[in-house]
Amino acid sequence: MTDYLRAESGIRSWLGTTDHKRIAIMYLCAVTIAMMLGGAFAMLLRTKLLISGPGIMEPLTYNRLFTWHGLTMVFMFMIPAIPAVFGNFMLPIMVGAKDLAFPRINLASFYVYCAGAALMLWGMVHGGADTGWTFYAPYATTSPTDVAPIAIGVFILGVSSIMTGLNFIATVHMLRVEKLGWMQLPLFVWAIYATSIIQVIATPVLGLSVTLVALDHALGMGLFDPALGGDPVLFQHLFWFYSHPAVYIMILPAMGVVTEIAPTFARKNILSYRAIAFSSLGIAFVGFLTWGHHMFVAGISQLDAALFGVMSMFVAIFSAVKVFTWIGTLYRGSIALTTPMLYFFAFIYLFAFGGMTGIAVATTSLDVHWHDTYFVVAHFHFIMIGGTLTAFLGAIHYWFPKMFGREYPEKCGVLSAIGVFVGFNLTFVPQFLLGNAGMPRRYYSYPDQFHVLNVCSTLGAYLLGAVMVFTLGYLIVAVFTGKRTSANPWGSRGFEWRVPSPPPTENFDEPLDPTIGCYDYDRA
Amino acid sequence: MNWLLNLPPQASSVAKGIDWLHYSVILTTFAGVALVAVIAAYFVIRYRRRDDGPTPRIVAPGWLEGGVIVVLLVLFVGWWVVGFQQYRELETAPSNAIPVYVTAKQWMWKFQYADGPSSTDVLVVPVNQPIKLIMQSRDVIHSFFVPAFRIKQDVVPGRATTAWFEAIAPGTYDIECAQYCGTRHSLMRGQVVVLPAAQFELWRANAEPDHFGGKGDGSGLAAYGRVVAADHGCLRCHTLDGTPSIGPTWLASFGRTRRLADGTDVLIDEQYLTESMMEPNSQIAAGFQPVMPTYRSQLEPADVAAIVELIRSLRDAAPSHDEPRPTHDVIQRGAP
Repeated sequence: MTDYLRAESGIRSWLGTTDHKRIAIMYLCAVTIAMMLGGAFAMLLRTKLLISGPGIMEPLTYNRLFTWHGLTMVFMFMIPAIPAVFGNFMLPIMVGAKDLAFPRINLASFYVYCAGAALMLWGMVHGGADTGWTFYAPYATTSPTDVAPIAIGVFILGVSSIMTGLNFIATVHMLRVEKLGWMQLPLFVWAIYATSIIQVIATPVLGLSVTLVALDHALGMGLFDPALGGDPVLFQHLFWFYSHPAVYIMILPAMGVVTEIAPTFARKNILSYRAIAFSSLGIAFVGFLTWGHHMFVAGISQLDAALFGVMSMFVAIFSAVKVFTWIGTLYRGSIALTTPMLYFFAFIYLFAFGGMTGIAVATTSLDVHWHDTYFVVAHFHFIMIGGTLTAFLGAIHYWFPKMFGREYPEKCGVLSAIGVFVGFNLTFVPQFLLGNAGMPRRYYSYPDQFHVLNVCSTLGAYLLGAVMVFTLGYLIVAVFTGKRTSANPWGSRGFEWRVPSPPPTENFDEPLDPTIGCYDYDRA
Repeated sequence: MNWLLNLPPQASSVAKGIDWLHYSVILTTFAGVALVAVIAAYFVIRYRRRDDGPTPRIVAPGWLEGGVIVVLLVLFVGWWVVGFQQYRELETAPSNAIPVYVTAKQWMWKFQYADGPSSTDVLVVPVNQPIKLIMQSRDVIHSFFVPAFRIKQDVVPGRATTAWFEAIAPGTYDIECAQYCGTRHSLMRGQVVVLPAAQFELWRANAEPDHFGGKGDGSGLAAYGRVVAADHGCLRCHTLDGTPSIGPTWLASFGRTRRLADGTDVLIDEQYLTESMMEPNSQIAAGFQPVMPTYRSQLEPADVAAIVELIRSLRDAAPSHDEPRPTHDVIQRGAP
């Protein structure tokens, strides 16, 4: 049987495919473009911040750019990145299925994604949205820029996200191969499953709130504008009801990725399967009850603040349990320090550091000072870039042989992992210190005492950007010219490594046999 | 520690306590991360790959997992308890706090003392004296942030929000808008000037009179409140002397608890009064009819502040029925 890449040829065989692996590759191209675009916006922002006063751009331009950076990174890159690429590619194989439960919906979700992204980009070209990615009313509903196309774009991207989530849930329930019980599933599947539940439940509320903002802005309905009888704080409740769980949509799949990388390169069973599986579900559930911690200084009641604060601490407990379990997995293993493993360690350190600063801002009285400062910006980026982007890069290196049947250059990989780690820290550690000193986020100009740290941060961002371009470069070359590889170059027990690399169109020549589990490294 | 973390000076009565909690959270968690890193590094060296043989199957025992969860729970909930106590302190102004009415607009801050002096972007306060800020926005959401005081409070249009601080050292401290509010958000900055008590009195005595004619003699904002209340017809239904009327009297009401029509009790404070002007029918006082129209787009934040200050100024007055009716009454003046 020929592999999925060579099964058919021609552009139409790609654009009309219902093969989850080909759709995953198309998503990979799309989210990579989105990431580079969002990254380019970040470079412009950081360049502006090299000087404290007016600089290379007008304030309005700057405000648009940070809005676009957030929107692009969150909705076009981070949310679909790991689920729609690696979830799409690996999840059916990991449960022993030929494809997702609804292959055509899978393809449709990609085109819905493209439509939403196109509308948002069109909105940006037409000078859209200087509202911040959070669309806070009543600024967003009275902004001088064009908000509606971008808000509708977010809505459409949300539809795509729901379609993907539904597909994964149905697949895990219906298409597991015989004898593969829930507690034998690879933990990446658990992570994607938990993510999908959040996507399906929370995303409609996002659609609702951005639609209302668009209507408010376009038609002056005044739902969130107090001058017309609306309530701006209501918008914040609606927005964060989705957008807080959304950070778990972004981080849970990343946790799933590192949970696959660690056993493979340590040749070791996961220290506690149930701790990882149930903490994913726990985060998905409790994540719905923490949204108010974005609003401690917005004028919510003290009771609300108390409850949202303590719920946020529970998320931190689940996350800490995961970190300890990952590290414990290494105990008495057989550890190989390859590129994916370096990304694993980068993830652990950055995620743990981001998590501990999360505890600081979940502590109500501390959040009063740190809220809306660069401390929060740094915290968020430690989790989202340090966590999700690092895991995304770890995943692409880890599964590269599986997806393309070729090797990537290992030396370049090591260089990239180290470069990302150094560049990232140089960018965001200064931002913690800026936040401590009280520099608010979304500041076009800033007092001079913040200058040195801003310059450090910008230099770090340049390094990070250069490493990303370098990584993209060698990976693209490797896709076409890398050395051919075997089915299982890492010696992993994972189910996806039991099929050829690249896998055939219907994944399995003979059905997956889960008798030997995906973390059973104690058997020869 | 303060220097290491690049924290601003501890210039308010709450700053030390908050910083202390921050140190304990950051140091403890940092130690935890460092421990994880050291253990990971040890494992990587100790268990580096030597052959392709199998590894032992090790599963974390239940007591270990349970123990870790309990330790984390105690630690995190402990911080939360301390943090929430501090939060309550931050949210509750001492009763002797001097009120300052703050209006935020794109892109400036306006400060108004009840007894007259007002200023733009510069708030002058006496040292060692609690100050209560009663804040409103004319347009979008802003956020009043003084890093050196460790306080921040969103200023939401259509509502009154409050914050308080007590500066403990004379000096000049930055005010920043922390909630993104448009093109010149980053320039919506100001200063708190903290003066020793004697110098503050001097400043107040010499401050330019504001457009209400007030100049530190008590005549300022509350007097203007009477004008506003009369002009907008408030006094047709609300009395200032305790006389029963269509609406509750304003005399001796501020700071007290009011029974509402739905049976709940509410504290009459700045937030309640402001909401009662904007959304009169959301909280109807027991025994009164829901007949008041909204004043949402008719009252400027300065007007709302003036009326609130008027009601506040009447909080301790005894009922007296021979106080003359206000002369600004629209009916008496024959206004439409």
